[in-house]
Amino acid sequence: MKKLISLNVNGIAHELAVEPRRTLLELLREDLGLTGTKKGCGIGDCGACTVLVDGVATFSCLTLAIQVNGCSVETVEGLTKDGKLSRLQQAFVDHGAIQCGYCTPGMLMTTTELLRRNQHPKEQEIRKAISGNLCRCTGYQKIVEAIQEVARSENEEI
Amino acid sequence: MAKENPQGNKFNVIGKASPRVDAIDKVTGRARYGADHSRTGQLYGAVLNSPYPHAIIKSINTERARALDGIRAVLTHADIPGAKSFGGIVPHQMVLCSGKVRYVGDAVAIVAAETPELADKAIELIEVEYSPCPVVSDPEQALSPSSPLVHEDGNLCAHHKVRKGDIETGFKNSDFVIEHEYTTQKVEHAYIEPEAVLAEPGENGGVTITGSVQNLYSIRRAVASVLNLPLNRVRVIQATLGGSFGGKDEAMSAICCRAALLALTTGRPVKMVNTREQSMRESYKRHPYKMRYKVGVSNDGILQAMEIKIIADAGAYAATSQFVTWRSVVQATGPYVVPHVKTDIYAAYTNNCYTGAMRGFGSPQICFAVESLMDELAAQLGLDPFEMRLRNTLKDGSITATGQKLTHRVTLDEALRNVTSAGGFKAKWLANREQDSASPIKKGIGISCSYRGVSLGAEGADAAGVGISLQTDGSAVVTCGLVDMGQGAATTISLVVAEELGLSSDKIVFLNADTTVMPDSGPTVASRTSFMAGNAARVGSTILKDRIAPVAADMLKCKASALVFCHDFISAGSSRITLAQLAAECFRRGISLSAHGWYKSPKTTWREEDGTGDAYFTFVYGANLAEVEVDIHTGRVIVTKFISCHDVGKVLNINGAKGQVYGGVAMGMGYALLEAYAEEDGQPKLGNFDEYLLPTICDMPQTEVIFLEGDDPLGPYGAKALGEPANEIAAPAIANAVANATGRRVRELPLTLERVLLGKNLIPGRERGSAMAKGAES
Repeated sequence: MKKLISLNVNGIAHELAVEPRRTLLELLREDLGLTGTKKGCGIGDCGACTVLVDGVATFSCLTLAIQVNGCSVETVEGLTKDGKLSRLQQAFVDHGAIQCGYCTPGMLMTTTELLRRNQHPKEQEIRKAISGNLCRCTGYQKIVEAIQEVARSENEEI
Repeated sequence: MAKENPQGNKFNVIGKASPRVDAIDKVTGRARYGADHSRTGQLYGAVLNSPYPHAIIKSINTERARALDGIRAVLTHADIPGAKSFGGIVPHQMVLCSGKVRYVGDAVAIVAAETPELADKAIELIEVEYSPCPVVSDPEQALSPSSPLVHEDGNLCAHHKVRKGDIETGFKNSDFVIEHEYTTQKVEHAYIEPEAVLAEPGENGGVTITGSVQNLYSIRRAVASVLNLPLNRVRVIQATLGGSFGGKDEAMSAICCRAALLALTTGRPVKMVNTREQSMRESYKRHPYKMRYKVGVSNDGILQAMEIKIIADAGAYAATSQFVTWRSVVQATGPYVVPHVKTDIYAAYTNNCYTGAMRGFGSPQICFAVESLMDELAAQLGLDPFEMRLRNTLKDGSITATGQKLTHRVTLDEALRNVTSAGGFKAKWLANREQDSASPIKKGIGISCSYRGVSLGAEGADAAGVGISLQTDGSAVVTCGLVDMGQGAATTISLVVAEELGLSSDKIVFLNADTTVMPDSGPTVASRTSFMAGNAARVGSTILKDRIAPVAADMLKCKASALVFCHDFISAGSSRITLAQLAAECFRRGISLSAHGWYKSPKTTWREEDGTGDAYFTFVYGANLAEVEVDIHTGRVIVTKFISCHDVGKVLNINGAKGQVYGGVAMGMGYALLEAYAEEDGQPKLGNFDEYLLPTICDMPQTEVIFLEGDDPLGPYGAKALGEPANEIAAPAIANAVANATGRRVRELPLTLERVLLGKNLIPGRERGSAMAKGAES
């Protein structure tokens, strides 16, 4: 039987009737059309589905939609404000930290959380933070370089 | 030599650090991958795979599945209107099996339902009666006359040979001979995006497929023949690809044929998205090889003879095994001059998951063997590995194993010198052999090198097209028959057009490939895209420029030869017009603003009887260096530093080029240390990333990249190839570093803890934990 839940996604309030088995990933992609969040493994190993739930990086493939009732969810689509890329998004573009791009939304969300709680992470802290996000194309080097650029800056915006 | 821009840059955009043309789409979530495409009223497809690796199908009963509410189609082989099977080289892989199943990824039935859950439920209700057959799981045994047959016409899938000189004379001329066997494992491409397609019935009675497709044209051929449709009624559109590495080439035929069949049967759009487990179970892998090398050397360290016998596991179907093993046979002696060569490579059918194209395409295996072997020979001769290689490497004008004279500049020694001097190789290599015995952490350093034929070579037709359509506002649409699967082809091709027409690259929109837009350009494989599509883009740009230049000359009242196209302007002396003004004027005068460029590769030759010929029109050269730390108490290997040097001819986009190298090294590290697609009696022993381990960021060392630019006369601006060379020699550099650290040679990949520690792999029992349970009992 469907359950009624309310949640806020990227600043917009939604009220939805969902099957108890529906994952947050399915809710975002299929019910709200936010296909920026990706499914890679379905078991919480690749990190492609990472979103922020009340500010915490969360695997949306392992989270039931009914668990986020009353929560605030941020996805990659919410990173761009007023048509302007976040500094982190811009750094990924500038450093060539993207190849196929399938892991990119998850990488950006995990890193956004890191930079919010630690404005100047050291390289080891960056590596540890995104060690749960698999990338098969880039060898990670340019991803680290992009994050380091933002981490070095005194600008508090991410 | 220089790291980024050796020759000074006479170009506007070529060679610089340009952002990817698709970067903003990819950081905002706007990019649409296969599974991101949906249609109102779409159905969901699901597949029933065989539980057995080898069995006769006695009966299929779909009644209970059909009776379920919400099921719109349940199809078996009997429902296929056209060809029942597909395959680029041997068309014997069944869309839906009848008679026999040959591996656990074979499908017996498909379903289309209103929801994915219903589709899965219907799959469970399909009853299939099987009669299991003996499983063929060892490729060597598969080739023995007593083996059960996987295919009726025998288990030999491919045999290629190379003969040069006289092998017996070679061994007679040798002062000593060594013989070793090297083995490499089966590995998965592990693109993070699983396969996904959307098939829609078309208005003209055909079908449109949008999905994660690497080779649109082979998919179109397969779908057209299975559905009995002419090619022009099958349209294949590439969705943004979430990685491929060769894996979304022919393997996509099955899912595309099935989705198209369901769509045309139901008259509704059908979406099929693989789970990771389905993807692992069905999709082909990199061939595991068993390689026996017998090598003769004279006392001065000069190679005299190589006798090589390789057995590859093709798995259940041929796919591209013939071509993969052909590249191996051409390159099997490594980048060395060997006067007497006898190479035989066999691919055998088994009931294992089938194998096909994967980044490297038959080279990572042989690179591991040859490059390990060179270090072993060096040890025997008391030479260091660098010196051993230098005495034997291919040089300008050398003759390869297939009798091809190298007429381009051979930069192999330069590549080797670069990595060894940047890494301080010789001093470290010597010092590592005298390490303090008290510490369990041993340091190691290793090198490797390779040569690689560019593009398809004598495999087959090799041509590609690029379309350019200039708009009246000075922007342009560019498209190509080859695809961007993440490697950056869209950016590279756009940069070539931008360079030639004097356009800013942000004025270009690159469209994903579509079979109705561009002619068949062959597959996006063999690191051929920069070379082939880059040349086609130059041809197309030149055609267009030659057509519009006279109008510009007329407008500027000068000779066409005096015009300079740069930064969206056309200038002659001090007067200039914008490209937009020129395009608008051309439109007013009725002059076409679109052009197609077509490029066909230079000639190659091949004699299959003795394996001789000019196999590839040019080659690239590269060398790698790895430093490791090995814990000799646990066998754990940590790669601490990596240097990768490649002759790319010419760097077209430094960002993209470096990215290819970093990614190639990471994939090579996985091959060296972590990855193995384990099967037992044809059954996969793992299905997802919890057990198939990929390198994470914490496994990656700092990698230094050095590019050599040789200015190949054939390539666009001199560019050659990089994607696969960047991957193929990482593993042997690491293996050689481990041997330098431990003093022990491991001849099997991956270098697991136990192989490094004990010299052998501990094979887990049939059931997880069974070995421990047995231990507890006793």
